[in-house]
Amino acid sequence: MSNNLVVPTAAEFIALGKQPEVLFWVGCSGSFDDRAKKITKAFVKLLNKAGVEFAVLGAEESCSGDPAKRAGNEFLFQMQAMMNIEVLNGYEIKKIVTACPHCFNTLKNEYPELGGNYEVIHHTSFLKDLISTGRLTIEGGKFKGKKITYHDPCYLGRANDIYEAPRELIEKLDAALIEMKRSRRNGLCCGAGGAQMFKEPEPGNKDINIERTDEAIDTGADIIAAGCPFCNTMMTDGIKAAEKEGNVEVMDIAELIASANDL
Amino acid sequence: MEYLPNIIFVLLLLAGVGYFASNIKKMIRNIQLGKKVDRSDRKGERFAQMARIALGQSKMVRRPIAGFLHVIVYVGFVIINIEVFEIIIDGITGQHRIFAPYLGGVYDVLIAIFEILAFLVVATVVIFWLRRNVMNIKRLMMGELKGWPKNDANYILYFEVVLMTLFLTMNAADLSIQEGVMAGRFTSEAATHYVNAGSFPISGFIAPLFDGMSFESLLIIERTCWWLHIAGILIFLNYLYWSKHLHIMLAFPNVYFAKLTPKGQFTNMAAVTKEVKMMMDPNADPFAASDPNDADEVPAALGANDIFDLDQVQLLNAYTCTECGRCTSECPANITGKKLSPRKIMMDTRDRLEEVGAVINKEGVWNDDGKTLLNDYITTEELWACTTCNACVEACPIGIDPLSIIIEMRRYLVLENSAAPSELNVTMSNIENNGAPWPYNQMDRLNWVNE
Repeated sequence: MSNNLVVPTAAEFIALGKQPEVLFWVGCSGSFDDRAKKITKAFVKLLNKAGVEFAVLGAEESCSGDPAKRAGNEFLFQMQAMMNIEVLNGYEIKKIVTACPHCFNTLKNEYPELGGNYEVIHHTSFLKDLISTGRLTIEGGKFKGKKITYHDPCYLGRANDIYEAPRELIEKLDAALIEMKRSRRNGLCCGAGGAQMFKEPEPGNKDINIERTDEAIDTGADIIAAGCPFCNTMMTDGIKAAEKEGNVEVMDIAELIASANDL
Repeated sequence: MEYLPNIIFVLLLLAGVGYFASNIKKMIRNIQLGKKVDRSDRKGERFAQMARIALGQSKMVRRPIAGFLHVIVYVGFVIINIEVFEIIIDGITGQHRIFAPYLGGVYDVLIAIFEILAFLVVATVVIFWLRRNVMNIKRLMMGELKGWPKNDANYILYFEVVLMTLFLTMNAADLSIQEGVMAGRFTSEAATHYVNAGSFPISGFIAPLFDGMSFESLLIIERTCWWLHIAGILIFLNYLYWSKHLHIMLAFPNVYFAKLTPKGQFTNMAAVTKEVKMMMDPNADPFAASDPNDADEVPAALGANDIFDLDQVQLLNAYTCTECGRCTSECPANITGKKLSPRKIMMDTRDRLEEVGAVINKEGVWNDDGKTLLNDYITTEELWACTTCNACVEACPIGIDPLSIIIEMRRYLVLENSAAPSELNVTMSNIENNGAPWPYNQMDRLNWVNE
């Protein structure tokens, strides 16, 4: 169905003697997780529409090492980082965009000390720039009257102080942005960070994603907007647990914009 | 004999300040048990951060009620210290209200401000006490506060009430003497020593209690309060070292040395970089003799098992923590009933550091006591409950970073003990073998394009 996606690899660019405008770092979730793949495709559609000459690494991309580093396995993290840096530097990549705040944080903040210096941009900031430079427009009509609440991913918000770009995009949809009680720097984690995504939670009386999803549902929002594939998974699970699947939807900002533009 | 009070005062002052200084020296020695860390960069930003967050209390007021109350006590404490300065000079020189002749009308205003602040401090401290003991505020009643931490918090409040009450009573007696001298009732040299100075908006309400008292009785009240007040301050000063109240000093260096890099950026382990580079370098000789310059370098443990493995800023963090619990009340793990409490991480670190320090005090050197911060204080269950979301770091009003300690301890568990939870071992072996945390083939990373 999505055969019209144009997704060249960095290797293909090199073969043509060209350099991509930006490298799209897809990440493991974006590559393999069924839900996150939809985010990847939505973002690619927007890149295609805006005429961005981007490349992906494809099979040459490997885990950024974030979960390993947060789990304390510095050795594995640095192995991953150095392999990726070798590939990225080999292609002389200068600018990277990614839809995963974990990859974003790691590439932006933790690769430089290991020899990887790039301008790293989260896809919400990138989309905002495409719109402000006129390369992309947003059709607002589709979400008119809808209530959207935005969940701040920890690794975008507190970790890197990016709170406004995603919100500005939502506001461009003509939708009503309603905030949860805990938002921006006080935003509550979805429960997936620090490698928790890959393990059962420690004993407690509630799962973190349930706590957070309940808070989002309490706003009365029709849509929970997220900017992170992990958050998306956790909140989607939370919606299922609350049996609100028919009423509330979890969507990535890129999906919202693609959908508004009927892509 | 004329100078006896001055001599006693100076001895008391020297003893009080001297004992405090010796304890602070021990504290610094304990902090230096940690690893050195370079925070000598970006001095301008560090000073600005200290001015804003420590001096300016900018993060305190994010919680408006507690923040506002704290600002009252903070401002009261700082400003009333000007009066303590005068009291110290008076005590040494045997003068009374030595600043008064030099400041004239300004002196009256100052004393009035001190009095109003002293009253506000007492009122605020009463509210603090109610918040801590009556109002069932969750973060002030959690398990880790049982016993000493709760008593400590209350003792601080009692100290403050007693000191402020002594200060105001002293002023009330002083005022009564001044009034007696003015009215010509007291004419002795001892009475005229009490110069007519100051304005007493609060103690003016206490003074009527002393109506009709003789000069001798008033003198006893005034002197008793004066001596107890200054002695109380010196005792309180020495209490700090044993208390969470150390933050009144340490908040400043703690904020100065706090991390300036993005919160999401975790430290790079240089020792690991060295090894990974060697592994990835096809020309490296794994059996090569190590650099002779490194010969006396004891290979340090990777990560943190005990306080010795933490860095000096982390240990300073532990001494600075005021146990307010803002971190814990924002922690997603704690909110959902997990064992982890970032405040407890800081309290445990300090307790262990004090325990190690006590051994060194007693035996002169550190002798292994068979205990460690990991397991004896902080359990793996707490460490593995963390989502690394930085809420605790964001919440701390004075720049403490509990997350960095959690990560160092996870590093020890994984790198030294291979003791990650089994699901994470699976995740990590997937990353190692497939380049993804799930068991998919790296060659399939682009399959989504055609799905």
